Amino acid sequence: MRVAEAWRVALDALRANRLRSLLTMLGVVIGVAAVVALVAIGTGTKQLIERQVEGLGSNLLIVVPGKLTAGAAPTSSPMTLEDADAVSRVVGDRSRVAVTIASGETVRAGSRSAFASMQGVLETTPSVFVRTLARGAYLTRADVSTGRRVAVLGAGVARTLFGDRDPIGRQMTIGGVRFRVIGVFEQLGQSLGVDRDGEVHVPVTAAQRLLGTDRIDGLAIRAPDRDRIDQLGADVVATLTDRHPDTDFSAVTQEQILGVLGDILGVLTGVLAAIAGISLLVGGVGVSNIMLVSVRERTKEIGLRKAVGARPRDIGTQFLLEAVLLTTTGGVLGMLLGAATALIVDGLSPVPAALTWWSMALAFGVSAAVGIIFGVVPAQRAGKLDPVVALRTE
Amino acid sequence: MTPAVVATEVTRTYQLDGFTVPALRGVSLTVEPGDYLAIVGTSGSGKSTLMHLLGGLDRPTSGTLLIGGRDVGALTPNELADLRNSTIGFVFQSFHLLARTTAQDNVGLPLVYRGIGRRERRARAATMLERVGLAHRIAHRPNQLSGGEQQRVAIARALVTGPSLLLADEPTGNLDSATGQSILTLLESLNAEGVAVVLVTHDREVAARADRQILMKDGLIVP
Ligand SMILES: Nc1ncnc2c1ncn2[C@@H]1O[C@H](COP(=O)(O)OP(=O)(O)OP(=O)(O)O)[C@@H](O)[C@H]1O
Ligand SMILES: [Mg+2]
Repeated sequence: MRVAEAWRVALDALRANRLRSLLTMLGVVIGVAAVVALVAIGTGTKQLIERQVEGLGSNLLIVVPGKLTAGAAPTSSPMTLEDADAVSRVVGDRSRVAVTIASGETVRAGSRSAFASMQGVLETTPSVFVRTLARGAYLTRADVSTGRRVAVLGAGVARTLFGDRDPIGRQMTIGGVRFRVIGVFEQLGQSLGVDRDGEVHVPVTAAQRLLGTDRIDGLAIRAPDRDRIDQLGADVVATLTDRHPDTDFSAVTQEQILGVLGDILGVLTGVLAAIAGISLLVGGVGVSNIMLVSVRERTKEIGLRKAVGARPRDIGTQFLLEAVLLTTTGGVLGMLLGAATALIVDGLSPVPAALTWWSMALAFGVSAAVGIIFGVVPAQRAGKLDPVVALRTE
Repeated sequence: MTPAVVATEVTRTYQLDGFTVPALRGVSLTVEPGDYLAIVGTSGSGKSTLMHLLGGLDRPTSGTLLIGGRDVGALTPNELADLRNSTIGFVFQSFHLLARTTAQDNVGLPLVYRGIGRRERRARAATMLERVGLAHRIAHRPNQLSGGEQQRVAIARALVTGPSLLLADEPTGNLDSATGQSILTLLESLNAEGVAVVLVTHDREVAARADRQILMKDGLIVP
């Protein structure tokens, strides 16, 4: 029929049982809201990670011991500064190679203290990664070669230890050893879940002495040429494997890191969305159930409509529209709820969330589909009712 | 002129828990255009079953049934629905009005299935309600109407499509005799305009007003 009339009748039927309609919708509302919110959080996190990995600088090769795949346990590094020198020779430019040895240490200045991530590094770090100073100067080659006890502070550490005072030239201790502050980084925020304003950079040699080791954790290379980045990575890995035959090494690019992280996030988002989808399914079963009840309640009405000339299809359409109206209204409410949840999470928690049109459209489409799928059996049952039998029911 | 209905040796049996219940056992009947026919008989004699067949709500188990010259047994469910809509008006003993719907929209309901727009439906329904003397009750819902008024609404609904055959199964059964009289008067005035009227009644006096009477017993017409 006469679709406008069918909509009117469906709407009327839902209005007549407001509370029941609302409760029936609830399953769909929650399912759709969960899908929208979870996809938003997944997308937001992914975008954030992409920005941050790209923010590290371009043409970056990270060299670490072990294999970098999702789920591989970190391997302890056998690398030393001599390996870094060997890698520099492969690259052909020492200023393109950075190393790191990291350790969590308590830092103190006067009565104030903080827990910071001490990073033993070369003076090349700012030219490999994107790091800019707010004040003072960075480490020099001489600082590194003599193991001088000087430190460059992350913005957060500087604020905690020195407040509004200028930290440059002041004394502090790292793990109980005295250092002199020579520089402060610009505020960075988080990167890959690490608070980078909590870093303290010191010469790698000084860090090694403090930690009583001559190892380094890993190194990073800014490749001179994007096209040959894979070849360079292979050469570096070959050199390192030569020097440490018992250890696997990996050289990964930003794209590969993004790929691995993206895979993990994708699987995670998918699993969460699937769980949310199950609640949508349960909601659909509820719709089916209530529609069967509705058909039974309105058997007489169906008989009467048929007696005055409704075709089976007219009756079927009416009930199918009722189911679809139920689930799409639930879908719209769920979309709003999911979007609101995502915005609140994004605004009030450190978890980022980005709403995507496709997830909203998908959720709405799925809720309409749920209405059709779970409404079709009750609708067919209504359409096939024998008018005489229907009119006789009490 | 084609007879409104021609039934030839029509039977209708129901299956009930494996038993066969013969409700009609071979009924032949012709309703001419403009007829005024009363069907009487004891309870369970098959009157309602026959009415449902005459109105195309049901199909015969055997025999042939022509409504407006068309063989009901050969029609698809859709064609039968359209036939009901275009040629039959049904009035039920228990009115069968939609509860949440106004008198006007109840009357307009058959026009929905003709694809007629709401404005036009309401206009025609208003005319019909005026015709049955309910112009002042147009916006009332069934629970705001008396039994007699509800039956008038049901009659208006049966007439709104301009049917050639009006079937009324005990239309006065639920009404007091004065109200019943006015309903009968209404039906008779419609008959006078050329609509064939078939009504089922238990009331001998009511039956006596018809042009023809048919007595049913045990699923057969008693001559
Ligand atoms: N759906 C059904 N299933 C089984 N038997 C039925 C069914 N409908 C009617 N019958 C039987 O068919 C017979 C005729 O019923 P019908 O309703 O036509 O009688 P009636 O003459 O209208 O009676 P009343 O005057 O009480 O309305 C009855 O014996 C009844 O029990
Ligand atoms: Mg009866």
